[in-house]
Amino acid sequence: MLIHANPKRFMDLSGRLLPYFSGVAGFLLVLGLYLALFVAPKDYQQSETVRIMFVHVPAALMTTFVYAFMAVASIVGLAWKHPVADMAAKAAAPIGACFAVLMLATGALWGQPMWGTWWVWDARLTSALVQLFLYIGYIALWEAIDEPTRAARAAAILAIVGVINIPIIKFSVEWWNTLHQPASLAKLDGPSIDPSFLWPLLIMMAGYVMFFATLVLLRTRTEILNRRMRSLHMAQVRVGEQVKSYG
Amino acid sequence: MSSLNTQSQPGLLPIVKSMIARDMVLSARIGGSGFLAAVFFIIVVSLVPLGVGPQPEVLSVIASGMIWVGVLLASLLSLDRLFQADFEDGSMELFFLLPLPLPVLVLAKVVAFWLTTALPLIAVAPILGLLLNLPGPSFGALILALVIGTPGLSLIGSIAAALTMGLRRGGLLLSLLSLPLCVPILIFGVGSIAEGSMWNSSMALLLATTLIAIVVAPIAAAGALKLNMT
Repeated sequence: MLIHANPKRFMDLSGRLLPYFSGVAGFLLVLGLYLALFVAPKDYQQSETVRIMFVHVPAALMTTFVYAFMAVASIVGLAWKHPVADMAAKAAAPIGACFAVLMLATGALWGQPMWGTWWVWDARLTSALVQLFLYIGYIALWEAIDEPTRAARAAAILAIVGVINIPIIKFSVEWWNTLHQPASLAKLDGPSIDPSFLWPLLIMMAGYVMFFATLVLLRTRTEILNRRMRSLHMAQVRVGEQVKSYG
Repeated sequence: MSSLNTQSQPGLLPIVKSMIARDMVLSARIGGSGFLAAVFFIIVVSLVPLGVGPQPEVLSVIASGMIWVGVLLASLLSLDRLFQADFEDGSMELFFLLPLPLPVLVLAKVVAFWLTTALPLIAVAPILGLLLNLPGPSFGALILALVIGTPGLSLIGSIAAALTMGLRRGGLLLSLLSLPLCVPILIFGVGSIAEGSMWNSSMALLLATTLIAIVVAPIAAAGALKLNMT
């Protein structure tokens, strides 16, 4: 009963929330991008390339945030057999993977003029790459299992194991990096960041979070509709002849 | 009644022992997957000098890393039989009827897997160290790191093996799922050899990672097995 009632309530609620979410996300992203690209000053060292940061840092934040979201949704899905949580976790994974790709791509674009190379085996870059692999594994597991409830539980176990492992991976990679090469690359995380950079960055971060929320709602709704269509289709097949005669 | 109970339900330890013995006999009779894994390991590592060139200085720098990557690949290739074989012939259903908590069952399977697959790899590792010009003092650390680290690899692999049990093309997916999770063990394993002493900080971290895997992996793998059996 709960299983049928919940997606319905979710559809109602998310349908009402969606316009606000997407509106706020659009407003924040446009405002943030305007401030980042036109208002924020050039950095005295990095000149215009500093603007990549406004796209890059929020993407890095979201890469971790989305995985944490998936893990929480997975725990809720496993513990309460909550179908909407399962679908939300599934819906979030490709978005998180895209954030990871965006982070790596913008990082490479920034690294080329700043560090003179597209890629270094820096601790953060390496753990970001591993995180992308984790996303891909999670998505592949979903794809490999046909039955949705079984796939949801298998993927949930993987997400929880992954979230336990991520801090260990981050620590090990940082440790590995200091062992192999002493810190040679200065990054933009001094004790303080100028307010003219901070405000656009915070707005962009909020914009990314709202953008993610909008997409997750949208994708979860699509998933629910897809499943409804599938069960309708199966019901149709089951009573095939009858349906034909009514049609 | 109580005497009957103890007769029909032996304690955990005898079941675990017979599970491990069964797996080892099976592995020996089937033609030694451990032997094949060791040969695979030797071949993979022998290909490295062909790829990077025969300079001894270069080889001695990358020796420990290549040995660890080889161990990782060789144990991954054998992992897809860990639960799959029992799933296919129906033994897994009988295991579920045993008065044995599932995580303990997983642990017993992993112990047997480690004895039949990882031990042969550890045994040939020093020979490969010689081939790759591994510095002399590092051999002790290499063996110790492998003994500490490979149980962790097997345990992490058991989660992926349980998740992919019964799936089409499970083997490929198994590698995809477990390789990123094995990153810390690879890093600490190689690091502990590089430090040049027997017992060092990375050896301790390697041990810690394996200990965490001992706690987490049997529970996660048991959950995945249960899910794939229903």
